[in-house]
Amino acid sequence: MSTRLQNGGRLIDRAEQVEFNWNGKRLLGFKGDTLASALLANDQVLVGRSFKYHRPRGIVAAGPEEPNALVALGEGGNYEPNARATTTELFDGLSAKSQNHWPTLEFDVGAVNKMMSPFFPAGFYYKTFIAPRFAWKHVFEPIIRKAAGLGPAPHAEDRDEDTYEYYYAHCDVLVVGGGIAGLAAALAAGQAGAKVLLLEQYADLGGRAPVDGVEIDGKPAQKWIDTTVKVLKKLPNVRVRTRTMGAGVYDHGYALGYERLTDHAPKVAGPRHRLWRIRAKRIVTTTGAIERPLSFAGNDIPGVMLAGSVRDYTVNFGTSVGDRVVVATNNDDAYRTAIALKEAGLDVPAVIDARVVADGELPNKARAMGIRVETGRAISTVYGGKRVTSVGICSQAGEGTKTDEIACDAVAMSGGWSPVVHLWSHCGGKLNWDFDMAMFRPDPARPPLGDDGDGFVLAAGTANGHLDAGAALADAFECGARAASEAGFKGKVAGAAIAASESEAPILAVWSMPQGQSKKLQMKTWLDYQNDVKVSDVRLAAQEGYESVEHTKRYTTLGMATDQGKLSNINGLAVLADSLNADIPQVGTTTFRPPYHPISMGAIGGEASRHLFKPMRRSPIHEWTDANGGFWEPVGDWRRPYCYQKDGESVTEAVHREINQTRDSVSILDASTLGKIIVKGPDAGKFLDMLYTNMMSSLKVGRCRYGLMCSENGFLSDDGVVARIDEETFLCHTTSGGSDRIHAWMEEWLQTEWWDWKVYTANVTEQYAQIGLVGPNARKVLEKMGTNLDLSAEALPFMAFVDGEIAGIKARPYRISFSGELSYEVAVPAAQGQAFWDAAMEAGKEFGISPYGTEALHVMRAEKGFIMIGDETDGTVIPQDLNLHWAISKKKEDFLGKRAQTRIDMVREDRWRLVGLETEEPDVVIPDGAYAIDGTTRPNGVKNMIGRITSTYYSPTLKRSIAMALVEHGPERMGEMIMFARTDGTTINAKIVDPVFLDKEGARQNV
Amino acid sequence: MLLLTCPNCGIAAEETELGAGGEAHITRYGAGSADDDFETYLFMRKNARGVHFERWRHSNGCGKWFHAARCTMTLEVFGTYSAQTFEPPKDLIKKIKKKRPDWEGFVK
Repeated sequence: MSTRLQNGGRLIDRAEQVEFNWNGKRLLGFKGDTLASALLANDQVLVGRSFKYHRPRGIVAAGPEEPNALVALGEGGNYEPNARATTTELFDGLSAKSQNHWPTLEFDVGAVNKMMSPFFPAGFYYKTFIAPRFAWKHVFEPIIRKAAGLGPAPHAEDRDEDTYEYYYAHCDVLVVGGGIAGLAAALAAGQAGAKVLLLEQYADLGGRAPVDGVEIDGKPAQKWIDTTVKVLKKLPNVRVRTRTMGAGVYDHGYALGYERLTDHAPKVAGPRHRLWRIRAKRIVTTTGAIERPLSFAGNDIPGVMLAGSVRDYTVNFGTSVGDRVVVATNNDDAYRTAIALKEAGLDVPAVIDARVVADGELPNKARAMGIRVETGRAISTVYGGKRVTSVGICSQAGEGTKTDEIACDAVAMSGGWSPVVHLWSHCGGKLNWDFDMAMFRPDPARPPLGDDGDGFVLAAGTANGHLDAGAALADAFECGARAASEAGFKGKVAGAAIAASESEAPILAVWSMPQGQSKKLQMKTWLDYQNDVKVSDVRLAAQEGYESVEHTKRYTTLGMATDQGKLSNINGLAVLADSLNADIPQVGTTTFRPPYHPISMGAIGGEASRHLFKPMRRSPIHEWTDANGGFWEPVGDWRRPYCYQKDGESVTEAVHREINQTRDSVSILDASTLGKIIVKGPDAGKFLDMLYTNMMSSLKVGRCRYGLMCSENGFLSDDGVVARIDEETFLCHTTSGGSDRIHAWMEEWLQTEWWDWKVYTANVTEQYAQIGLVGPNARKVLEKMGTNLDLSAEALPFMAFVDGEIAGIKARPYRISFSGELSYEVAVPAAQGQAFWDAAMEAGKEFGISPYGTEALHVMRAEKGFIMIGDETDGTVIPQDLNLHWAISKKKEDFLGKRAQTRIDMVREDRWRLVGLETEEPDVVIPDGAYAIDGTTRPNGVKNMIGRITSTYYSPTLKRSIAMALVEHGPERMGEMIMFARTDGTTINAKIVDPVFLDKEGARQNV
Repeated sequence: MLLLTCPNCGIAAEETELGAGGEAHITRYGAGSADDDFETYLFMRKNARGVHFERWRHSNGCGKWFHAARCTMTLEVFGTYSAQTFEPPKDLIKKIKKKRPDWEGFVK
């Protein structure tokens, strides 16, 4: 059994007991424990079930590489699935549950899948996708959905109760990893004078060195670590952050850090996670190495763990993983585990070493302690179900015939160590395969390149392939100093400390245990624990032609789980290389992508959630609208009222009421969201002539003109009314959503094409409130409000404007109309918008004035046949399609889009062009976007389409359904009936008519 | 995430502050131009593998456009310069030539 030892545990505080909950059971741990170490101390080796076969799975590792111990933490608004027990610090009241099992962890019905495993081979999903459609829908999908998966997603209604934030940091040297190498690199760079930021993912600094018994300057490593941390904290130019993982390295020295602020102390106020957005001149990765499993049969049975992690649990947490631990290895390092276990008073029945000779310092020390060392031997298979019971021993050279069996309850395995090259590789750093050390290590000649073309990442220490502590520390000092120097800091760096550990004999690359493992054993030998990928799966993939490592990965799902193959990738590609008879470097690695370890979505979002997700723009009338029945809809970054609902009124009823009130008397409209851009300068007229399709330079001061803007492709992009304020000043109205885009469009042309033209632009959209008074009684309302202006038809005719005062407020009424009614759009300073609105409401009382929203606006403009950008246009429509020839100048030599409008496709006679439609049955409204069909079909059975609906409404004014559509040869087919298809297969008949349904002569507006 | 120095305001700006504007030094062909010229203007882009000149706007900063010379393979930035120019500055071309001896040179 796994249990807490009497003594030891450098990270735990035995004086402080911590209570936590595991699957409803009350358990005890100590302060300083991780959830994993506390579970082991309570003999909870079994922690979950595997993804595909629901096999029992136990804790394998002690760090972020852990593939199995994924648990669900917390409840409700604090619930989090798939948290790693090995990186979860224990706190009082922690509540965790195991995942992916039914009904219980110990008894799982899904484990039947194990018997089905011959039917779930590599490429299972690919193969089933080809299966008949019905089989997929009715057989495979329901079964897979129920069986596969990790922790359930949080309930949709449970909002995350925590907050998150971003933090921006700039530094000269970023050091990722706070082991002895990281401390040394930070020290050297800091002494040189560089601004240094050191990130460490764990709560404590120093890394593995104290666990591995490293000595520095003749003393235990811990002494040097403590001193160095003190020195670093005193240096004003060095910042050290623990519980902060270097998550990713990106172009030009950009890096992400992931700080877990309160995961270990949920009662502390403040954000839970913080995303560090770092820009560094140089990045030193001292990220250490991760141990590889050995590929022997039954290596996924709970109790089989990484040797280094077994040592971590013993030394750091005073926890044994078992009473009798067999060590299996191909290198000297694993002997440290055997020695540590023996020193802790545990039984190590044997070290099974695949190498023929093992007579280095460490194996000899183990032998001297009375540990049985078996060289040239291998584990044939591990026995046990939910826990290891024994291991079979065989010759490493053979096929796996068992010659001996050793009873044990845990296996500590080591297939060697792989440097953590993730951060080096994220941004393009290349790797070399080191045949002697059997590992990929960074190639210093091919680093990721910064904006200056020089390498900006330096891998140092163990992450650079120096598994020996002495070499690692020397390398880290040197890299730290070099990083600072490259960043421009050449201060004096004190001499490097000297580290020493037991010398190690060479590793033997063992990718299969035993060497000639039989097919039967390969089917029980796991590579990827989380995704249930076995040696046999990778061999099958190779056999089926998936020779590229990227293909094999996707075919088998090797390394595609949440651990991203930290344990499995190297072993997997070694098996692939062997299957293909190739060398490992020829096969290569898959791409390392950030983040190194999963980070929370909350941290990625930072503060940008809820009302800060996308800041909203508010018109000066926003509050009033909100308080007076405004039924909001998003328009660009704004909110505009679709309608103003009265008590007991439906949305449709409100819209119809608003239209009738406008047509019969007078209404008020908040048009403040309309874009307003001032274009000013001696060349302003010339510039607008290029921007708009019609002539703007000829516009008289005090007058307005409707204009169209096109892209260089000729397509209609925006429209609006232009007013000439004075000889050199124009005010261009844009659509509500278009002001920023159009302003940028103007600036682009002025800055990059016509930079010698004397024109300035200014976006004044938010400087004005624009309030429309619309309807036959509009003039009466304005006059009643009190004004120094003559608002009569003679003094202020249609398409004119004037400056003056209304209701004591500086005002500029434009006589423009989007409804076809007598209409004044009055611009007033934004701060006085509400006052103007209130005065208009008061003055309009006797005419029954009420506000109208965007839907009434839409219906009324459609009744008049006015186009709407985004309804009648979709980025493929030219003004000519909309019969707007009258707004396209024939006199002008050039304007943006003119050349494109002469292209063959744009002058095609059968382009779909704008028409109005009246349905055969006046009450039937055609669905928006419906296609016009002519009853013929294409060879593939699809109906031929000859047009589509762009706007469609019920008009309360005309008491019938009206629509606008783009139809092939439309304007030449006036009076014809055409059909529109509904999605249910039925059709609607409609007559093609002029799109101006109401008041063609303009009698209503020209009064 | 790229880092480009805006020559207008002098800020070393992050990519999130910038808007990309495609290839630089494109000649506009307007009304009356030949089909081939117009096609080249509207559609034909170099899509260079290596040295490339492009337009950027410091859109979440000073709002000004500028040009950048960049290697599309290594993302090395050779320099940034005014958008109000018909071709890259001579000293920049010299600098690039020195760093990339095989480069064919600026071709409009």
